[in-house]
Amino acid sequence: MKIDSAFKAETVPLPDVPQGEKPIQKYDVELVALSKTFGTSTAVDGISLRIPPASYCCLLGPSGCGKTTTLRMIAGHEVATDGDILIRDKNVTNSSPLNRGTSMMFQSYALFPHLTALDNVAFSLKLRKVPKKERHEQAMEYLKLVQMDAMAHRMPGQLSGGQQQRVALARSLITRPKVLLLDEPLSALDPFLRVLMRTELKRIQMELGITFVHVTHSQEEALALSDIMVVMDNGKIQQAGPAREVFEHPANSFVARFIGGHNVISIDGRKIAVRADKCRIAEGTNGRQVSAQVLGSEYQGPLVRLNLKSEDDGDLVAVLPDSRYFSDPPKIGEKVTIAWLPEDESALP
Amino acid sequence: MRRSRPHSFYVLSVLFGLFVLFLYGPMLCVYLLSFQGPTGGTSFPMRGVSLVWYQTLFEGGRGVGDLGNAFWRSMRMCVIVAAFSTVIAVAAGMAYRRKFMGSNFIFYTAIISMVVPGIFVGFGIALTLGLMGLKSDWWYSGVGSQLTWSLPFGLLIMFIVLGRFNPAYEEAATDLGATARQRFLYVILPIVLPGVIGITMAGFTSSYDESARSALNMGTGNTMPMELTALLGAATTPAMFAVGTLTTLFMFALVIGTLLLVGRIAKRRQLSLTRQQPA
Repeated sequence: MKIDSAFKAETVPLPDVPQGEKPIQKYDVELVALSKTFGTSTAVDGISLRIPPASYCCLLGPSGCGKTTTLRMIAGHEVATDGDILIRDKNVTNSSPLNRGTSMMFQSYALFPHLTALDNVAFSLKLRKVPKKERHEQAMEYLKLVQMDAMAHRMPGQLSGGQQQRVALARSLITRPKVLLLDEPLSALDPFLRVLMRTELKRIQMELGITFVHVTHSQEEALALSDIMVVMDNGKIQQAGPAREVFEHPANSFVARFIGGHNVISIDGRKIAVRADKCRIAEGTNGRQVSAQVLGSEYQGPLVRLNLKSEDDGDLVAVLPDSRYFSDPPKIGEKVTIAWLPEDESALP
Repeated sequence: MRRSRPHSFYVLSVLFGLFVLFLYGPMLCVYLLSFQGPTGGTSFPMRGVSLVWYQTLFEGGRGVGDLGNAFWRSMRMCVIVAAFSTVIAVAAGMAYRRKFMGSNFIFYTAIISMVVPGIFVGFGIALTLGLMGLKSDWWYSGVGSQLTWSLPFGLLIMFIVLGRFNPAYEEAATDLGATARQRFLYVILPIVLPGVIGITMAGFTSSYDESARSALNMGTGNTMPMELTALLGAATTPAMFAVGTLTTLFMFALVIGTLLLVGRIAKRRQLSLTRQQPA
């Protein structure tokens, strides 16, 4: 089974896009055998990807997997060593960032500290010599979209992280990009704000009907936001597809482990992945069980996470509903049998 | 409960106090003696208190020499040197953001120019001009020799300022459609403006003070430091001290004014003067 799953994306049905005068592009973003090497080290290794129009695509992976480099290549801030980048069927591999129809939102927001929020948003219009009154009006429209119109005359230094991010978003959107690129936009926010802001991002993406490419290292974020989830490691795409498909049928043990909530277990010489919440303390059938020692438990509200260790398969996790856990809580150090149903297991290569 | 200070604190404070006294004590004498009475000389005791020496300064009289003209010549130099320093240093700082042929050579030359004693640099310039058969004059050899001092300073300041400059601002500007010229005018320059103001002020004050390099290259008219040095050897009256007091006030006003301006710019942007926006 090929690791590079460019063809998995082809099985994604195109969302319902209203017919306009222009013919519908097949894909908003296409990466063809894209590579980036820095000297002797390869950051991105011949990846191929197709992103359908108006979809929310998350690039997910651990630090150093090449996701940010890929994003910057799409933006034009890094020059690709090999391969092609197409945006709406136009080859932009050698174009400057100005001419690609992309806009990037930086991890640090990079709001110009010497301009007010309004002037920051209106900046791109000022560059095109749009008169002041008109560009301020347009900027206010976009500030309203991100609900920052009340703070239009504040300086970035006077805004909180979440507010700065919204202004940065407005500033990127005013250029009417075909694709918006976000580089870990939520990393700098506290967890509560993170959930709030990701709802905002999704809402704006659906309202504007453009493609967002969002780099993150948080599985939860990727699951919540993606129409297409792309899991990367070591400069290669490990799996690309709708969030549900990646979660329920991980392509290999890396994806299974990284996506969280999975156990990778060896049974009869083959490897399988089982979701942690489908594991129960019980006797299994047909050898679908593994014995493990309880290391500890974590209360998570509606669920309890049980950390276990088995001799052959290393660390395992079982996620039990709280009622079931508290009806018969196992003790630390106790040896238990973890079992699952045949339909809940997923074969790994 | 306050931690009690160790003994070393008190010892070092006394040391520091003595150091400050040593540093500023002579200047204090100058300020006091500038108010010397009309019959007083250039040392203590004070024979009365008056402003007569300030009067002499502005009306011309003995012991004053050509200070008035010298002052205006100095001012002329200061403005020109400050302007050139700023423009060249900013341009050079921008150029050094990428490698170009000869960049190391120019950088070391600049450092050497700062490190070599000024009198050798001045002497070298005068000698070279002589060999070329040219006469020294304030507007080329004078300005040039002062630039050998202020330009390296300006360059180093630009390095520091641009070194701390967050490249994300530039990338964001490019992303939004800025050409190189627009990037520089609308993003880079406004953000490094406090540094640029610093370079202008450094050029101005260093030019006013500079005598070693320019002495041999100034042509016929003396600048302030040159005139003062000459007067020191000749007739010395407390009018000199009046010059000292006024110069100090002038420079203090300049420095404080610059700091206030820079502080206002930084405050308006809520930037700390010692760090950039947090990532």
